[in-house]
Amino acid sequence: MINIKKLNKKFGKVEVLKDLDLAITKGGIFAILGPNGSGKTTLIKSILGMVIPDSGDILLNGKSVLKKWDYRNKITYLPQIANFPGNLTVIELIEMIKNLRNCATTENELIDLFGMRSFLDKKLVNLSGGTKQKVNLILTFMFDSELIILDEPTSGLDPVALIHLKKIFQTEKDKGKTILITTHIMSLVEEISDEIVFLLDGKIYFKGTVQALKTQTNQTNIEHAIAHLLTEENV
Amino acid sequence: MFKIIKYSFYDLMRSRWSYIYFAFYLLLGFVLLFLNNSVSKAVITLMNVIIVLTPLIGTIFGVMFYYNSREFTELLLAQPLKRSTIFVGQYFGLAISLSLSLAFGLGIPFIVYGAFESSVIWNFSLLILVGVFLSFIFVALAFNIALSNENRIKGFGIAILMWLLLAVIYDGAFLISLMVFDDYPLDKFSLITSMLNPIDLSRILILLKLDISALLGYTGAVFQQFFGTSLGIISSLIVLSLWVVFPILRIVYKSKKKDF
Repeated sequence: MINIKKLNKKFGKVEVLKDLDLAITKGGIFAILGPNGSGKTTLIKSILGMVIPDSGDILLNGKSVLKKWDYRNKITYLPQIANFPGNLTVIELIEMIKNLRNCATTENELIDLFGMRSFLDKKLVNLSGGTKQKVNLILTFMFDSELIILDEPTSGLDPVALIHLKKIFQTEKDKGKTILITTHIMSLVEEISDEIVFLLDGKIYFKGTVQALKTQTNQTNIEHAIAHLLTEENV
Repeated sequence: MFKIIKYSFYDLMRSRWSYIYFAFYLLLGFVLLFLNNSVSKAVITLMNVIIVLTPLIGTIFGVMFYYNSREFTELLLAQPLKRSTIFVGQYFGLAISLSLSLAFGLGIPFIVYGAFESSVIWNFSLLILVGVFLSFIFVALAFNIALSNENRIKGFGIAILMWLLLAVIYDGAFLISLMVFDDYPLDKFSLITSMLNPIDLSRILILLKLDISALLGYTGAVFQQFFGTSLGIISSLIVLSLWVVFPILRIVYKSKKKDF
């Protein structure tokens, strides 16, 4: 499905991605983990074409996506910080994105699920962080795309919304979709992810199931296993 | 592209600055036309205002709009849209909205005054055309500056400096060079130098159309000879168009290489 070959990216003198190779062949939930500044967001944004890699290639279903744009019809993206044009109302924003994509959507179910009906006519600038994140989630999940990329999807969400979100993850996964998530919440990773991709210093340091990670590091707790990976590197 | 233009345009139509800009021209148009006895004089005063103000407003709005719509841009970048569509669309949304404020703001007083029945209508149309050109040129230049500068304060500073350079300093340097090289034939030099600055070019175009080039002295005569012909007018319009086209091309080029 996604095939990343020898991806390099520098920001000034900082090498963020170094010869990164990654292959994701099947559907499921993949958690992209790594310490701050390890290149998670850069990797995601490269797949989306928002960051332009210095060298290397990214293939989606066997076709290179670099310098293309129509492949983004198959991807939805949830950005890390939910900032929207403030002059628009929630419903206008939803309509606008729908209009740009021009395909079938399921926003009404999501609006009810997250209890956003009463916010539809409010301006985005007046919404709280958590509510904006819900708008963000509606915009992401209302499309039926085969690849879903989520950058910190849980930030600012209340527990009820979080439960709904996990249910959405499950249903999308059951439809055979590929979901890439970055997060710092390990309990979420343990609960939902099929595989972990651990990034360190711009390279894939570990790729495998949660269980494999635990066995490899001899730890029972995923947080400790990750910490172990990090200290191993330092030794 | 059309959708992006539409949304940027709507976004601007909701901001009160578009209305303030429109109201300003409306007021200016009414005051000048009804307090001045002659329409020609009103046109000259308007020219002086337009030639300095449209570039300034285009520059400031351009930089502000780009930086303010950054979130919107990032949202669009994740959608199946070409990068050039996003940026050029936003550019046209802003440039068209500013041009409409100008055209309607000044057009309404002129219509009310009945200028359409007089011969001044051509001078007035040229004035609006030049204003529209200047809006398109300076919004494009401002977008270029904002695209190249991540730091808002720096981008804003450079944009204002650019305006100052083209609107004020260029003229000064031009005049000084005319004085210094007084002994040499300067007609070609001055012709080319004024073609290179869109503000100067617009001013000369209007002055010649108003037939007061005598005020410009010897150089005026040279200009009259050149610009008075259809070749002169066509070449100045081409130069003005190039001032729009090249910055837009650079917006396309820059936006393709930028990381977000």
